[in-house]
Amino acid sequence: MPDDLILETRDVAKEFLGFVAVAGVSLKVKRGSIHGLIGPNGAGKTTMFNLLTRFLPVTRGTILHRGEDVTRLRPAQVARRGVVRSFQISAVFPSLTTLENVRIALQRPLGTSFRFWSPASSLSVLDDRARALLGDVDLQDLADVPAGELPYGRKRALELATTLALEPEVLLLDEPTAGMGHEDVGRVAELIRRVARGRTVLMVEHNLSVVADLCDTITVLARGSVLAEGTYATVSADPAVREAYMGSAA
Amino acid sequence: MTVPSPRRWSGQAIFMGWATLVAVGLAAPFVVYPVFLMNVLCMALFASAFNLLLGYTGLLSFGHAAFLGSAGYVAGHAAKAWGVDPLLAILAGTAVATVLGFVIGSLAIRRSGIYFAMITLGFAQMVYFLAVQLPFTGGEDGLQGIPRGRLLGLVRLENSFAMYYLVFAIFLVGFAVIHRTIHSPFGHVLRSIKDNEPRALSLGYDVDRYKLLAFVISAGLAGLAGATKALAMQFETLTDVHWHKSGEVVLMTLLGGMGTVLGPSVGAIIVVTMENYLTGFGDWVTVIIGCVFVVGVLAFRRGFVGEALNLARRFRS
Ligand SMILES: Nc1ncnc2c1ncn2[C@@H]1O[C@H](COP(=O)(O)OP(=O)(O)OP(=O)(O)O)[C@@H](O)[C@H]1O
Ligand SMILES: [Mg+2]
Repeated sequence: MPDDLILETRDVAKEFLGFVAVAGVSLKVKRGSIHGLIGPNGAGKTTMFNLLTRFLPVTRGTILHRGEDVTRLRPAQVARRGVVRSFQISAVFPSLTTLENVRIALQRPLGTSFRFWSPASSLSVLDDRARALLGDVDLQDLADVPAGELPYGRKRALELATTLALEPEVLLLDEPTAGMGHEDVGRVAELIRRVARGRTVLMVEHNLSVVADLCDTITVLARGSVLAEGTYATVSADPAVREAYMGSAA
Repeated sequence: MTVPSPRRWSGQAIFMGWATLVAVGLAAPFVVYPVFLMNVLCMALFASAFNLLLGYTGLLSFGHAAFLGSAGYVAGHAAKAWGVDPLLAILAGTAVATVLGFVIGSLAIRRSGIYFAMITLGFAQMVYFLAVQLPFTGGEDGLQGIPRGRLLGLVRLENSFAMYYLVFAIFLVGFAVIHRTIHSPFGHVLRSIKDNEPRALSLGYDVDRYKLLAFVISAGLAGLAGATKALAMQFETLTDVHWHKSGEVVLMTLLGGMGTVLGPSVGAIIVVTMENYLTGFGDWVTVIIGCVFVVGVLAFRRGFVGEALNLARRFRS
């Protein structure tokens, strides 16, 4: 059943000047699932994200979204198809306010983003929706603060709100809880569970309790190849995984 | 280097700012030599156009003289050889710079950082070469005695006051275009690209197209400044297409404060004034300006206007 799969890679590989970062990965992400991508440092997880979102060209292989070949699209086109990524390091627009950050995401569908002659006040029609999105991540009181001045955990929350503003079909989250304190981790995990309803999430995450808690399916990557795949129980029992991942990283 | 963007100037403050600007501009030629003022205004517009790229899009062009100079030559030639209306001559120069901006911009924006700067510099050198070689530019002598003509066939612009007010009006139009562009839906996207380009891309913006439009607007307005300057000064020479000019505009913008609306104009006033009053020092002018630049940038990292805004912001909060 091909339309059961929302995102699929077939033997995708990426080499950097002869160094193989991803060595032929076939990934199948089911519609509506929360799919975890885990593995030790340097396994190629972020590189996979870069390939899936076309931030990097593949060396070989095919990428399918809803069964259609997207291997040669531009990154912005992939984003507009509803496959939206976040970044391993927090990615906000520091000189824009929190509200303006979310509004940038809301602004594009308005179709006025090339209008250099329109006043910025024409964007205020988006303010209510932007505030509602900020409310979803408890940022409503910081709407007018420049994003660069937010503490780290709040930046990640803002990043999520901005991503959600696009109403993405597939969310690619690269270590959404990295560098967060214990409280923030719980809060973000809860948020991911909430926003995952009706969407598909592919997430890279080092915090295994978050992975165990959220993910339906887990793919373990090591040295650019798939080591194991299945539920958390299955992969965590796999001796090869224990050897490559738990053994070295945990 | 983060620029303190003045958040939320009230409409009243903006109106007062514009009113002050207009009042000062209207009164200035009664106090200061008009030809000098025209030079200042043209360079201020040039630097403001440049700042749209550097300060608001994060692109460092090192070839902006190409737009200033090519527009100056075209406008000067149109006025001198064809005797067209001065406005038409200025429009012709602006149009050529805009098209040139599209050509150079389309190729340069494919790279970023230092490579972008080098590509723009490379193209500007080609434009310089053309300016030396093409017959209509007058080579080393440049174009001399460009007639200012009659505005719309009515107003004699040989009168320096009349010419000054035309230049001032053009400056205001150019400045207004820049101000609006910064504060438009497009301007917000530009700022997001400057802040974090991969993130803007991941939100579905084809960032190259936004950069290109910013480049074309900037080149066009730089051309507007150059074309106007050629008529105001009544000559056009290789100085305006030389890479020194491309460097000078970087200097003005940083000195005044990049990413601030008024900074480049303040920088232009400082640099043009120094060049004007220090001519007696000969080659030492560049050394003196260089020293002022080094001291200015070391002491006021955000530029004069940037530091002033930062102070004002701290007082308010
Ligand atoms: N642009 C690049 N040029 C060269 N090598 C790269 C590039 N990007 C990644 N690599 C290399 O590819 C390998 C995989 O990197 P990647 O960032 O995908 O790992 P990761 O699984 O995300 O690791 P981490 O858990 O540390 O984030 C690493 O060895 C890295 O050094
Ligand atoms: Mg990574």
